[in-house]
Amino acid sequence: MTPARSSGEVLLAVDDISLSFGGVKALTGISFDVREREIRAIIGPNGAGKSSMLNVINGVYHPQEGTITFRGEVRHDMNTHRAAAQGIARTFQNIALFKGMSVLDNILTGRNLRMRATFIEQAIYVGRARREELENRRKVEEVIDFLEIQHIRKTPVGKLPYGLQKRVELARALAAEPILLLLDEPMAGMNIEEKQDMCRFVLDVNEQYGTTIVLIEHDMGVVMDISDRVIVLDYGKKIGDGTPDDVRTNQAVIDAYLGVAN
Amino acid sequence: MEAELATFPRLLLEHAHVRGEQPATREKDLGIWQTWTWAQVADEVRALACGLAALGFKRGMRLAIIGDNRPRLYWSMTAAQALGGIAVPMYQDAPAAEFAYVLNDAEIVYAIVEDQEQVDKILETAPQVPSLKHIYYDDPRGLRNYEGVTSIDRLQEIGREFDLTHPDFYNDEVARGRSGDVSIVLYTSGTTGKPKGVCQTHSAFIVSAQGGCGFDKLDSRDSILSYLPMAWVGDHLFSYAQWLVAGMTINCPESGDTVMTDLREIGPTYYFAPPRVFENLLTQVMIRMEDASAIKRALFRYFTGVSRRCGSAILDRKPVPLSDRFLYALGNVLVYAPLRNVLGMSRIRVAYTAGAAIGPDLFRFYRSIGINLKQLYGSTETCAYVCLQPDAGVKFDTVGRPAPGVEIKIAEDGEVLVRGPMLLKEYYKRPDATAESIDSEGFFHTGDAGLIDDSGQLKIIDRAKDVGKMNGGAMFAPNYIENKLKFFPHIKEAVAFGNGREAVCAFINIDMGSVGNWAERRGIAYSGYTDLAAKAEVYRLVGECVEQVNAELAKEGPLSASQIQRFIILHKELDPDDDELTRTRKVRRSFIAEKYRVLVDALYSDRKVQHIETLVKFEDGRSGMVAADLRIEEAKTLPAVAAREAA
Repeated sequence: MTPARSSGEVLLAVDDISLSFGGVKALTGISFDVREREIRAIIGPNGAGKSSMLNVINGVYHPQEGTITFRGEVRHDMNTHRAAAQGIARTFQNIALFKGMSVLDNILTGRNLRMRATFIEQAIYVGRARREELENRRKVEEVIDFLEIQHIRKTPVGKLPYGLQKRVELARALAAEPILLLLDEPMAGMNIEEKQDMCRFVLDVNEQYGTTIVLIEHDMGVVMDISDRVIVLDYGKKIGDGTPDDVRTNQAVIDAYLGVAN
Repeated sequence: MEAELATFPRLLLEHAHVRGEQPATREKDLGIWQTWTWAQVADEVRALACGLAALGFKRGMRLAIIGDNRPRLYWSMTAAQALGGIAVPMYQDAPAAEFAYVLNDAEIVYAIVEDQEQVDKILETAPQVPSLKHIYYDDPRGLRNYEGVTSIDRLQEIGREFDLTHPDFYNDEVARGRSGDVSIVLYTSGTTGKPKGVCQTHSAFIVSAQGGCGFDKLDSRDSILSYLPMAWVGDHLFSYAQWLVAGMTINCPESGDTVMTDLREIGPTYYFAPPRVFENLLTQVMIRMEDASAIKRALFRYFTGVSRRCGSAILDRKPVPLSDRFLYALGNVLVYAPLRNVLGMSRIRVAYTAGAAIGPDLFRFYRSIGINLKQLYGSTETCAYVCLQPDAGVKFDTVGRPAPGVEIKIAEDGEVLVRGPMLLKEYYKRPDATAESIDSEGFFHTGDAGLIDDSGQLKIIDRAKDVGKMNGGAMFAPNYIENKLKFFPHIKEAVAFGNGREAVCAFINIDMGSVGNWAERRGIAYSGYTDLAAKAEVYRLVGECVEQVNAELAKEGPLSASQIQRFIILHKELDPDDDELTRTRKVRRSFIAEKYRVLVDALYSDRKVQHIETLVKFEDGRSGMVAADLRIEEAKTLPAVAAREAA
């Protein structure tokens, strides 16, 4: 089923990244690449630095050392807004949605960077604003259809069960039509059925839109099933990198997960 | 019937000609209602038919159709019929294993399915179905890398090319169709045994649809929401046969979960739902009312009291005191009209229910708030068309008078026999079953026990084979008791036992939505269904319902002996995936009695607690064990009361 997706051009290259908070070293000398159209997983025990790595990629944290190259360009002074403008979207480990807003409105916020109309134009709803509104709504509806959440379109997000909120968050990220999608534990706290649905959506997104995906996940079954290549972190260091099969047999990885004293 | 309108494809051509620009089909897609006119539908069907023909579909072949109610799936039926083929719609929520039986029985070569989910299921069964060669899908999502399946878009493209080079082909094929040809094979849900394919002709369904449309004066201005399984005879009559006969508009909902919203947006004039749907709607209303403010609750309580007193009489144009008329009008402004609007039933002229007996209180509720809900009676074998209730003659406990062209007879053992043009031609490849159910005089044996009341309306008591006797000789009608229990919003399913027994006992499934809400408001913590069902408070709540049923039964002469003595709240919800319910969600009583034999035995012993472990299938096809210690509760029974004036 899986064609050689890992053979594409390098989309994102992380080179020798180190990140510390005061005396605490979160990441030490991490290097890896993400190729176009691949699903790349980052795994590791709690506190291994997985979320920090994602935060570095989309500009929340600024690493003290190392460079990040995205689409052939070395990035400087990255911030979240610029990362989003470059086509990097993400979801969060603990859901970050506007609880009081409807599903539809939440997803529309994902279109924010695509809106060109000025505040005045939007206020009186003429010309460009009207065209954009129609265009954005159409795109949002496509995402709603894609993720099968039509029935909750008008429901306030706060009233939804956890599994659906996760799906809405993915929808918002997709609405931005990202090139690179970062998913921070998209399946945490879900039951088997919800996990299966989410897996299918992640694979469908990758296949249908050709979106490159970097995901953090704890469920080994999921990771091994859907990712093309896996990076393993432990105590801020990279201890493994390769196809799921390589990683599964890597002694360092087994030790990290079984908790050998180091 | 005019000869030129003897088949469905001819009816379609006629509508395209007469009302080409009027809406025929709507579907909500990407949040917007899309409309196809009759001319467009005729064009789409033509392309589908030509595509199928170009790829080898021949006269007499059967086309399997699997999916939710999608316009193109309805059109595929007409396309197959245009080529002299037979449509075989199948239940879309059945697991792959169940597909194989029907696909093999109908010797399917061509199948049109909705989406990836259905493609996956049908590919899974393909190794067991050697005849299956062609699979087409409607929704391309996720199917890009699949091999051996083709999109409907591509099929239609092929069809349009074929049509260019064979311009007379389609019309010639349509002209070759005869009214006596089988148009559809509907598989019965199979309360017992394997499903049987019921072969119906064009003329059977067209005559039934004409009878129904004439009876309720339905025409091209009416519209209906098509949301029930396409494999079910009711949907085929209302959303297909009557659609093409009356030229009305069918509306396909966005998804199974949005039906309520879609219903409100469309506001159909004609509505059909099995009792379960009406029950769920009412349960939802009741739950929301319990959460409403005190003033709203009081208003609702007061005015439903008023409507219960005089609502039905007003709808039937019977004399009603002026004071009640005034109160009802006030109630209409404050409660009934807004409620009808919330239910999406503001524009409804006629609504029907059938498929199972409807609780009288439930039925009365809808009529009393001004919805012209009526009952009809029929089965797959009779095109869902035997009896209809006339507008002014609606009763709570009958299913109406024989429909135009239908003849009814009650056999000596109480079984209802029917004869008429709507009868099935045969069971597919089952001459034995055909001979068994149609006698030498041409009467079809329905398997239902019934009687004709003094106004000439048919009253169905129960399935003939379910009606039994208790040891004391009293009649035992399990459905009747179960329906009484199920009217309570807290009770979702009930199974009554009593045939050949000293007493009546019951299994009960609580309604997770309703009881869950009830528990939350009382601060009762629970982890899931099994936990909630075992709570002492829930047992007390259900016990009150059972006692109310007993109080009603006590007033009903011969049925007073069938008051429920003991009951158990089951630890799991009855589910079609575990074969406990049919796909149309009727309880399989004997299967359940067998599966939960320890519980039944416990009910008839003096035990207070029974341990049980049950194998359950999850929706992903895996299975697991659910274990619980179930309490057995006694219910209060009452002495029989002399029957008062019947409702």
